[in-house]
Amino acid sequence: MRSLVRIIADLYRYDGRCRFGFTVILLIVIFALLSFISPYDPGYSYYAAPNMPPSRQHFFGTTSRGQDVFWLMTFAVRNSLTFGVTTALLSRIIAVFVGLTAGYKGGMVDRIMMVINDSFVVLPVLPLLILINFIMKGVMTLFRLAVIISLFGWPWDARLIRSQVLSLKEREFTFTSRFSGSRTSRVLLTEHLPFVMPIILSTTINNLLWAIGMEVTLAVLGLSNISIPTIGTTIYWANQHQALISGVWWWLAAPVGISVLLFIALYLLVVGLGEYLDPRTRLQRMKGVLSDERA
Amino acid sequence: MSSTFLRYIAQRVVQCILVIFIGITITFLVPRFSPTDPVEAAVNRAMMMGQYSHPDAVRMMKEALTKMYGLDGTLGQQYIRFWKGLLSGDLGPSLSSFPKPVMSLIRTSLPWTAGLLLVSAIISWTVGNLLGCLAGYFGNQRWSQVIGMIAMALHPIPYYIMAFVLLVALAYVIPVFPIGGAVDIGLKPSLGWIYISSLLRHAFLPALSLVLIGVGGWFIGMRTLVTNVVAEDYVTYAKYAGVSDRTIMYQYVMKNALLPQITGLAMQIGLIFNGALITEYVFSYPGLGYLAYNAIFTGDYSLIMGVAIFSIVGVSLAVLLIDLAYPLFDPRVKYQ
Repeated sequence: MRSLVRIIADLYRYDGRCRFGFTVILLIVIFALLSFISPYDPGYSYYAAPNMPPSRQHFFGTTSRGQDVFWLMTFAVRNSLTFGVTTALLSRIIAVFVGLTAGYKGGMVDRIMMVINDSFVVLPVLPLLILINFIMKGVMTLFRLAVIISLFGWPWDARLIRSQVLSLKEREFTFTSRFSGSRTSRVLLTEHLPFVMPIILSTTINNLLWAIGMEVTLAVLGLSNISIPTIGTTIYWANQHQALISGVWWWLAAPVGISVLLFIALYLLVVGLGEYLDPRTRLQRMKGVLSDERA
Repeated sequence: MSSTFLRYIAQRVVQCILVIFIGITITFLVPRFSPTDPVEAAVNRAMMMGQYSHPDAVRMMKEALTKMYGLDGTLGQQYIRFWKGLLSGDLGPSLSSFPKPVMSLIRTSLPWTAGLLLVSAIISWTVGNLLGCLAGYFGNQRWSQVIGMIAMALHPIPYYIMAFVLLVALAYVIPVFPIGGAVDIGLKPSLGWIYISSLLRHAFLPALSLVLIGVGGWFIGMRTLVTNVVAEDYVTYAKYAGVSDRTIMYQYVMKNALLPQITGLAMQIGLIFNGALITEYVFSYPGLGYLAYNAIFTGDYSLIMGVAIFSIVGVSLAVLLIDLAYPLFDPRVKYQ
């Protein structure tokens, strides 16, 4: 755990992209936390004059349903983030389990698991999710959606974790641990898991990004729980009220703008982390530093 | 035809069949294990129209729908019937445009999706890889950093947001492109300039939104791959031997670095397909995505089923095609 904190600190110090990513995400999280002191309940409407452009009283303007866009968005971002984190964590459980087991067991278990894994990689997820959500339309909650989406969000990452374990299990310490009588689960959890932790972190962020994007997509199609404010459902309601045609552009600009910022920030973190983890680019970076010093 | 080559092909075909099997089994199981009932939903929808219906009529409607959706009999019987229907190309009638069969609706929209997907995937893959190769080979130059920054800003944006922003910017605010459709209304398909230009003008924005997102990913991937290949000994050797940069780059470096990108294309076709679906919805482009949206909107269960099934089959076949073409680029598969 401490090494994980150090990686994050290192990244913040040395990588400009990561610094940008961290800062933006921190700001967005603070924005989401503002929802706890919101003067308005997100379920209420017509408490303000509808269709007002951004002003000092309503920073992001008001919707056609008489809601304050700024405070509505604090709830929307909070729900979207919670949703993304839930999905990412749930799908992590599957990814870590499949990745560690397949990589460590090898042989037939590995082959069967990877064939299934690869099938899930190729499967076009959106049409399936549309089908599932269409059928469960009336009973869909944000948590159920998270569970469903996480069932499709693990295969890429399981493959990545597996490839790491494949090389780890040939190392000396694995043999030492095994010959001193450790059970498979113990070797995996106490010896190998710490090594793949940074990769799990990077795939978690990636998965978070994917999950939030998926929620936006499904919500826009009206297939999420549209009574809960999220980034996606805000866009859905704005579209339902023809916000663009009636000139209430701020209703759309707020969710679009915030989500674009959020996605870029998360992606920069993934890229920075990925380069940090790849030993080859790390070596090149060190070479660059060395040659700079010489010059 | 060596035995490794044959085994390679057999493996791919089995994998493809498995993907189709898993996908279709999921589409079969979902409505049957969901807490909601598609028949009930359709009946409620029909009742909401406000007309009074006799209880007997409602019961008959339920029976008819249960039969039409293939929900009668035991689970095993249903499953076998489901596959029989699929293999004979029968997906039942569509409720929203009754009595048109789902198959014929899909058949008219499939070419639009396939065309959009194919063109944008080829363009973004080629452009992304070429630029990525140049950027990786010539190292840290100003232009490659600029492209890298743009790629990183565009690539993570979800397809829906990208398409939507382009639609607003280039069809509403600055109306250079049409806001939707595939061709101008009333035009008959022909090979004339008017038809083709209208086709291109309508396809431009949907394709652009797919390409803008796609290029970034390929660019970043290829740049990393090429920087790694360039560090290999054989490249250094070729440089010392006086081989020109052009030859090294195209003949030695790119060829090797492209292989993972071809596999990558096979693995990402599904993701790109998702993007194409949502882009079609934004631009009212008459492909599978738009069809799916209309089906959601009208509550047409069998049509959504059809779209899901066809997406799975189509994407798996596309992956198989790329996989089968792979040995053309990597002779190791053939001669090991």
